[in-house]
Amino acid sequence: MSDQTLQPSAADALAVGYRKRNLKRFLLVCAAAAVLFCTVVLDVITGPADLSFLRTMHVILDPSVASAKESVIIWDLRLPVALLAVVVGAMLGVAGAEMQTILNNPLADPFTLGLSSAASFGAALAIVLGWSVIPGVGSLFVTVNAFIVAMGTSLALFAFTRLRGVSPEAMILVGIAMLFTFNALLSFLQYGASEIQLAQLVFWQMGSLARATWPKVGICLVVLLIVLPYFVRKTWALTALRMGEEKAAALGVNVSFLRLTVLAGVSLLAAVAVSFVGAIAFVGLVGPHIARMIVGEDQRGFLPFSALAGALILSGTSIASKAITPGIVYPIGMITSLIGIPFFIVLIMGQRKRHWQ
Amino acid sequence: MTGLCVNNLNFSYGSRHVLKSVAFDTLQKGQLTALIGPNAAGKSTLFKCIAGLNKSSGSTICLNDTDLSTLSGQERLRRVCFMPQFFAANAALTVFDVVMMAQKQLRGWRVSTEDTQAVARALDAGGIGHLAEAYVGELSGGQAQMVSVVQALVRQSDAYLFDEPTSALDLRHQLQVLGRIRDAIRNRDAIGMVALHDLNLAARFADHLILLGKGEILAQGRPDEVLRDPKISEIYGVDIELSKGPREDLLVHAYAS
Repeated sequence: MSDQTLQPSAADALAVGYRKRNLKRFLLVCAAAAVLFCTVVLDVITGPADLSFLRTMHVILDPSVASAKESVIIWDLRLPVALLAVVVGAMLGVAGAEMQTILNNPLADPFTLGLSSAASFGAALAIVLGWSVIPGVGSLFVTVNAFIVAMGTSLALFAFTRLRGVSPEAMILVGIAMLFTFNALLSFLQYGASEIQLAQLVFWQMGSLARATWPKVGICLVVLLIVLPYFVRKTWALTALRMGEEKAAALGVNVSFLRLTVLAGVSLLAAVAVSFVGAIAFVGLVGPHIARMIVGEDQRGFLPFSALAGALILSGTSIASKAITPGIVYPIGMITSLIGIPFFIVLIMGQRKRHWQ
Repeated sequence: MTGLCVNNLNFSYGSRHVLKSVAFDTLQKGQLTALIGPNAAGKSTLFKCIAGLNKSSGSTICLNDTDLSTLSGQERLRRVCFMPQFFAANAALTVFDVVMMAQKQLRGWRVSTEDTQAVARALDAGGIGHLAEAYVGELSGGQAQMVSVVQALVRQSDAYLFDEPTSALDLRHQLQVLGRIRDAIRNRDAIGMVALHDLNLAARFADHLILLGKGEILAQGRPDEVLRDPKISEIYGVDIELSKGPREDLLVHAYAS
């Protein structure tokens, strides 16, 4: 019954077991990164124009050898699309993972809180009424509108939780209220829209990578690089939060502050992602679940794997959107669900342990 | 003056006063104090106030000559280790992961070899080595409680507050866990407080008892003194008789009056 009854060999065995699991987790993350690299390569070499794998690689590694046509296809069209898919997927995966963590809810994703309907409403304002929230942004005004309205929504949510207390229930309820408000406003605009505007609006909401450009990839990357270090710094606090608020507080986590700051980061990620590619809700929900089933919820594996899973889903979607019907690139919003859900169901069926009740 | 002292501690949830001018004698290092009292006496609230999770104004809580209110929340919780009563987590985390979380105390991303060794030894010493790779959602209530105790003991703090660490345990584990807590407090020369409902366990393991009732300290002192105090029968609403057990230990008998 004393502290001294320990047998060093038993303790050593536990330590070895832990290190093995850590190594396995690390290898799984590396494997996911390797698969992601393959899908990106595949994404770049597939498409309407017939370019061989070797020729494509050659043009990427040495742009000077490309003909004008090849240069446009690879450097201006395919690479931005492939990379935007990866970066946006990672943003949505990370946003979903942390949203589920801070709200302690498996159904949470950045869009649960009404961010996507807010963005859609912002886009609709631009498309139907021609209103720009910030004047003088030129052709980007649909994107900027979507971003501003989405950010405004999360600021309102932020303000509300500050006033009312930062409980997951309050956040989700206000988020749902936002969702329905913006959906109603959106219907209102759709009702008054012309046929062309309606088509534009529907296309925007379906989500598309076709609008990808290098500056967009850059902006997404910058946002990700701003938000990620904060999440990485809070890894243990976020892991602790999964043990319940009280436990986390007893370890010195300022739970309310953590929820608010993570909410701010998640909102920024989601708002930027949605305003560039439209509403792709599925990635932020399923990416983290795949990560949870494969590497568990220690944030040191969960966070990178959620990002990789999100990126993989969107990158795979980008390939599928071109491959289904040759010559047609489908909007990705509908394909994410079609390729993601069967995979997800297989994972759920194969999973014996349930980590949410 | 070393030890833990609490003076003039008031706390209320809204208009409901939970703690009224709570003050007790300085708790000595290396001694285990049992905090006893009926349900809703304010035991958990008192622990949370000491740990700084409940903000109380006007009180002085000192730990080894440091006024705890001068410390940041996180620093305070490094000095005072508080084990909450319940945890119900269904996360995809193993027992090793959650003890590691306590060992790391939110510091840095990397896990060093020493961290891993410390957690492995704590799990082994806490008698839950066989659960190291189990998911926390699969634990029984008693197992979860033992994990909580290991999570607390893996940390190196000056004071340890355990809120009912044995409420879900069987007889053997009750004795083992309280024995481990008492030994750890002695070996580390730390201050230990345990909230207990079982007065026999309190009599057996504690060096010092504090009786809390309706937010006030009613009695404090050596176990036999406090248990003989008439106030204990009054506040629990039962008749309490003491006798000597077969091994010269104090036995507490309660009869509904």
